[in-house]
Amino acid sequence: MAYRANILISSEAPGADAVQAAFLSKVQDLQLEDEVQVLATTALMGAATQGIEALVYPEGTRYVNLTPADAATIVEEHLYKGRPVQRLAYVEPKVTPLPPPNTKEVRVVLGNVGKINPFDIEDYIAEDGYMALAKVLTEMTPDQVVEEMKKSGLRGRGGAGFPAYMKWTLARNSPNKPKFLICNGDEGDPGAFMNRSVLEGDPHSVIEGMAIAAYVVGAEQGYFYVRAEYPIAIRTLRVAIEQAREYGFLGQNIFGSGFNFDLEIRMGAGAFVCGEETALMRSIEGKRGMPSTRPPFPAASGLWGKPSNINNVETYANTAKILLKGGEWFSSVGTEKSKGTKTFAIAGKVKRTGLIEVPLGLTLREVVYDVGGGILNDKKFKAVQTGGPMGGCIPEQFLDMPVDYESLASVGSIMGSGGFVIMDEDTCMVDIARFFMDFVQDESCGKCVPCRVGTRRMLEILNDICEGRGQPGDIERLEELGKSIMRGSLCGLGQGAPNPVLSTIKYFRHEYEAHIYEKKCPAKVCRALIEYKVNPETCIGCTRCARNCPVNAISGKPKEAHYIDPSICIRCGICSQVCPVNAISVE
Amino acid sequence: MKNLEELRNIKERALQRRKLAGEGARARIVVAMGTTGIAAGARDTMTAILAELEKRGIGDVIVTQTGGGGLSTYEPVVQIQIGDSELVTYGNLDATRVPALIESHIINGQPVTDWLVK
Repeated sequence: MAYRANILISSEAPGADAVQAAFLSKVQDLQLEDEVQVLATTALMGAATQGIEALVYPEGTRYVNLTPADAATIVEEHLYKGRPVQRLAYVEPKVTPLPPPNTKEVRVVLGNVGKINPFDIEDYIAEDGYMALAKVLTEMTPDQVVEEMKKSGLRGRGGAGFPAYMKWTLARNSPNKPKFLICNGDEGDPGAFMNRSVLEGDPHSVIEGMAIAAYVVGAEQGYFYVRAEYPIAIRTLRVAIEQAREYGFLGQNIFGSGFNFDLEIRMGAGAFVCGEETALMRSIEGKRGMPSTRPPFPAASGLWGKPSNINNVETYANTAKILLKGGEWFSSVGTEKSKGTKTFAIAGKVKRTGLIEVPLGLTLREVVYDVGGGILNDKKFKAVQTGGPMGGCIPEQFLDMPVDYESLASVGSIMGSGGFVIMDEDTCMVDIARFFMDFVQDESCGKCVPCRVGTRRMLEILNDICEGRGQPGDIERLEELGKSIMRGSLCGLGQGAPNPVLSTIKYFRHEYEAHIYEKKCPAKVCRALIEYKVNPETCIGCTRCARNCPVNAISGKPKEAHYIDPSICIRCGICSQVCPVNAISVE
Repeated sequence: MKNLEELRNIKERALQRRKLAGEGARARIVVAMGTTGIAAGARDTMTAILAELEKRGIGDVIVTQTGGGGLSTYEPVVQIQIGDSELVTYGNLDATRVPALIESHIINGQPVTDWLVK
């Protein structure tokens, strides 16, 4: 039999049975059972925050927060009289216009990203693409290119900030042959995706930059090392390389200059340490990615023991623009020692997350408040962590510090590849340090004992502190371990791994002390150190918390104050989210 | 690629192609299809745009893609250009908003101001 209407009820919400029964009995009262079907279904609308819900078809009207009395009203009004009950219907939240984006940005590397079609090489050429390569190959000697790069002051965008022209000169002057050129696209910092965006949005700018660098260095073969977690970037790059070959920007005798250059992609299997240049080259060779001692530097003995130049995606992406517009143009923005613009991935508790590109030397405050739009929900700023998992946490007192290589280093952090994680007052600094330590101890390749074992020990101590087992002396132990890991590790991973812990101890020692001595988490994050409590004055006894508690830790009669049993409570926080009168607090 | 002249010719050609009139099109719709955009549903948006144009029998609109320009909070991001006017950028443009967007901006020439990023 065909029904003219259907009512679907979310049967999993507590109290749904009664509502369903009310629907059924009203349908029978009004003798609609041949016309209207009442169906219970599971997890109807996803989130359980709208209480008991019902959908009435064929109109598809969505009713929320229903009581049995509401059910009777809906049947009578909507199904019997044909008038949907506006009072109970769900109203879509009103859309507010989006705020305008950042105004202090200067887009050089990201200039074409989000504008051109990355799968169409001619769209790149329309934006003066490959003009710089043409100019370099037809009008300039390698030494002139080096001179222009020197004037620009471009420093490596991978993190260490070594001047690009110096790296190129070292590889160029290396007597051994053949030489190789490598692009480091192994962007592994959690939350950072500047390079991915460039590879996906403007792949030819990187290819052109590499071709120019290869001309200077004297390399005929280049490698793109891109992590396999970036499938769209790899696909885009493949198409781009194919098109560049077709148009003759890669291959033999480019622009009739006698210069030959070609590119291949190598995929990284996801080891964080392979972003380190020596480990990366071992990985390209097909060996296990582990760092080796420097010297010899890659410029003397790199890939397959041959002179190699390795730069980051962003460094190459800047190259063509510098040579087209001149070194002075590039160095006109930035600070004395940090020239040009830098891309950052802003993440965390900030209103506008995403990618930005700003002149170096902008203050942290400008980046967080003007470009990032300020802290989410207008909370209080606590710290910003720059440079990925090996960077340090910078507290509020340095907000007016300029963002450049030297300033960041002076407060115990790094530029890194450009991660920017912003934390507000609700972030526990011990918990954050633990998160990053968990990451680096996982990613330690295991070659250097201090890094392999030390990061593990540090993580265990941090776990103890967060879980309420912290002891006097733990802070000092962390500091001592941290310093010896830094001294005893070969590569940047180990040398930087203790940074988040050491910088948070330096600037937020009181939070560590509160965890250890008072067994309290000031930001109320660490579950073992907090307790959810019902304020009996405010509680109206609606039973919603008790119904939503996943472990039945809440007791109390309807219309009376409820009580949370701390021995059963798992501190999931659902009760405080569903409480309609904010009677549940965290202590 | 033999010489600079050849490259300049390609550039000229590419710039010509960008002019909508030359292509016999009245509008261009650009969907940001980087990883961030796709994760936020840009593929569904793209499919919905193509379906909506097809349904309404609109053949003179160029639909193309670009990378993620960094407006991650606003993904999926869609840009629309009518004739030779400036591109306007829409944020949070999920598939459900597509029919209203096409009706208002493409057919009636009225940008949906509530959804604009700038």
